[in-house]
Amino acid sequence: MALAQLKQDATDARLAALSMPEGGWSAAARRDALGRLRAMGLPGRRDEYWRFTRPDTLNQPAPPPAAVLDHGEAPVFDAVDRLKIVFVDGVFDAAASDDLSLEGVTIERLAEARGDIHWARDLYGTLEARGQDPVQRPFAALNTAFATDGLLVHVHGTPSRPISLIYRHADTGSDAILHHVLRVDSGASVTVLENGPAAARFNKCMEIDLADGATLHHVRAQGRDHERRAVTHLFARLGSESVFKSFTLTANGMLTRNEAVIEFTGDDAVAHVAGACVGDGDFHHDDTVFVTHDAVNCESRQVFKKVLRNGATGVFQGKILVKAGAQKTDGYQISQSLLLDGDSQFLAKPELEIYADDVACSHGSTSGAIDEEALFYLRSRGVPSGPATDLLTLAFLAEAVDEIEDETLAAEIAGRLEAWLERRRG
Amino acid sequence: MLEINNLQVKLEEEDKQILKGVNLSIAPGMVHAIMGPNGSGKSTLSYVLSGKDGYEVTGGSAALDGAELLDMEPEERAAAGLFLAFQYPVEIPGVGNMTFLRTAVNAQRKARGEPEMSATDFLKEVRSRAKDLKIDAEMLKRPVNVGFSGGEKKRNEILQMAMLGPKMCILDETDSGLDVDAMKLVAQGVNALRSEGRSFLVITHYQRLLDHIQPDVVHIMSDGRIVKSGGPELALEVENNGYADILAEVA
Ligand SMILES: Nc1ncnc2c1ncn2[C@@H]1O[C@H](COP(=O)(O)OP(=O)(O)OP(=O)(O)O)[C@@H](O)[C@H]1O
Ligand SMILES: [Mg+2]
Repeated sequence: MALAQLKQDATDARLAALSMPEGGWSAAARRDALGRLRAMGLPGRRDEYWRFTRPDTLNQPAPPPAAVLDHGEAPVFDAVDRLKIVFVDGVFDAAASDDLSLEGVTIERLAEARGDIHWARDLYGTLEARGQDPVQRPFAALNTAFATDGLLVHVHGTPSRPISLIYRHADTGSDAILHHVLRVDSGASVTVLENGPAAARFNKCMEIDLADGATLHHVRAQGRDHERRAVTHLFARLGSESVFKSFTLTANGMLTRNEAVIEFTGDDAVAHVAGACVGDGDFHHDDTVFVTHDAVNCESRQVFKKVLRNGATGVFQGKILVKAGAQKTDGYQISQSLLLDGDSQFLAKPELEIYADDVACSHGSTSGAIDEEALFYLRSRGVPSGPATDLLTLAFLAEAVDEIEDETLAAEIAGRLEAWLERRRG
Repeated sequence: MLEINNLQVKLEEEDKQILKGVNLSIAPGMVHAIMGPNGSGKSTLSYVLSGKDGYEVTGGSAALDGAELLDMEPEERAAAGLFLAFQYPVEIPGVGNMTFLRTAVNAQRKARGEPEMSATDFLKEVRSRAKDLKIDAEMLKRPVNVGFSGGEKKRNEILQMAMLGPKMCILDETDSGLDVDAMKLVAQGVNALRSEGRSFLVITHYQRLLDHIQPDVVHIMSDGRIVKSGGPELALEVENNGYADILAEVA
């Protein structure tokens, strides 16, 4: 009772600080999400799904301040030819953005798509609501209800350039809530990039609907600001023969919770979600993934690698649910951490739940230190201990980075990881 | 070239003395062989010289061209010209063989204040040296030693040695696991590297390798000491009679 009351109070306090944008076509979905949020409440420390990650600073009405990091380097993806769409502290920046026009796709802003009729009406909040069962995701419901902006992207062809969402952080106290909806039509194909810290606290939700034979490549790099906090959700529904590949790089960040909720509804589809994270000191990174196979002959892969030092914490909660009838499912899940010292920790909860008999599912989770034998071998060939350790660390991360299909993007990510490690060698 | 004086080594974790006063002097251009029963300390000697953790030097010294080896980090010893072909080469998943070789070559050059080798020069040299050792392009691309057969791993060690061009080469049972043809390849690889300024210490159990790589001096190691030294005929004696006679004679 006392716990429920605490939860209720926390939820009320947060809601009091928020105001729901004027809705138009999204109003019903927003009200529905608010109702769901009130019913479930914000997460509490006793919630099983939040056992390894403290939600307090995500719950509280205003975010703890986060300094803006000026690293003086070119932002990730700067060299990539792309359509740039910039948000600063969650506010669209027209001057810094390209025109929202690109062949094969229509892009609109959530904040501007008013009126009562819109193609996104069937999707906005729909995949999020589906993703609330069997596990509750209160921050996603909060997002649907209160998102101030976001993009509505309808891909009907194959754009020649990636769509690149750039999240800048300028205000140390900013609290941003963005909600994107992506529909990729049958046979269409697109690459979406995201990068930047976004805000002191960032709540982002992306709902992705892949029609039969659609393809989405998603590569994101969460910003390097040390004190930033983020809770993000990806909800993806995959039609038959569709392909979804998502990779996330996380370097720094006091608190990051990335949830990916993937559902196969059509046969012969492929979904890969991967992540490489590197944390030093006050760093808590949580990957929470839920893959539901509800179709035949689909392939899912989860590849998550974490490099942790100076007391950093990594969390992985990953589930593969294979429903009855989802035969020929090929499910793979690996989560591994490399602990560069004794203070860091990795907490993992891998789960398989299978109701079909003709499936191949495997999962593994390991936590280990640098391989001393390999390190000595490299040093005996003249590679000094620092670079040799980095080489082995990058090799550890490689399986996740290799999930990025585009070689240029993969090289960009690998280069960032290498530079991060190098900076720590001083 | 290599001067080892009364070297005494124990295990760091246990109170177990492994090397009990090893003396060895190898002049430039010479090939020395060490034979000896299993567990006599041959690999330990090679590891201690190259700087592996886990051993504690309790006495003595080892110098390469006058520089005290035992005070250096493993990478400094490598840059100073020491090379060990491992008895059990290590697999490194995720690190490509080429990347590994190139990183090593350039790290040593950097340590010696030399410019890096250009990508094209490097490729040219690797390809030609790999060809001599019948290492194909696919093996060069694979992660270091991962999925290599025993013999392939040993040939890969010799490729590294050839690329790094060390002064003092220690080969720890490079012949074990090699078929007859591979043994010839490896021996040719070693012989091609023989020069006035380069010395070899070949650890082996068999005369076979020494048929191809002719040693100037043969040592017998037993229980952490070199108990007998002689010419190539000593290896033949071991081959024919085993260690019993020799050990009895020095006991
Ligand atoms: N790290 C270690 N931990 C425990 N024992 C060790 C270790 N290293 C060496 N030894 C012991 O030291 C002795 C010498 O081992 P070493 O490997 O040097 O022998 P070797 O002469 O190379 O033998 P082989 O001919 O079988 O290769 C052995 O008794 C071995 O068990
Ligand atoms: Mg040995």
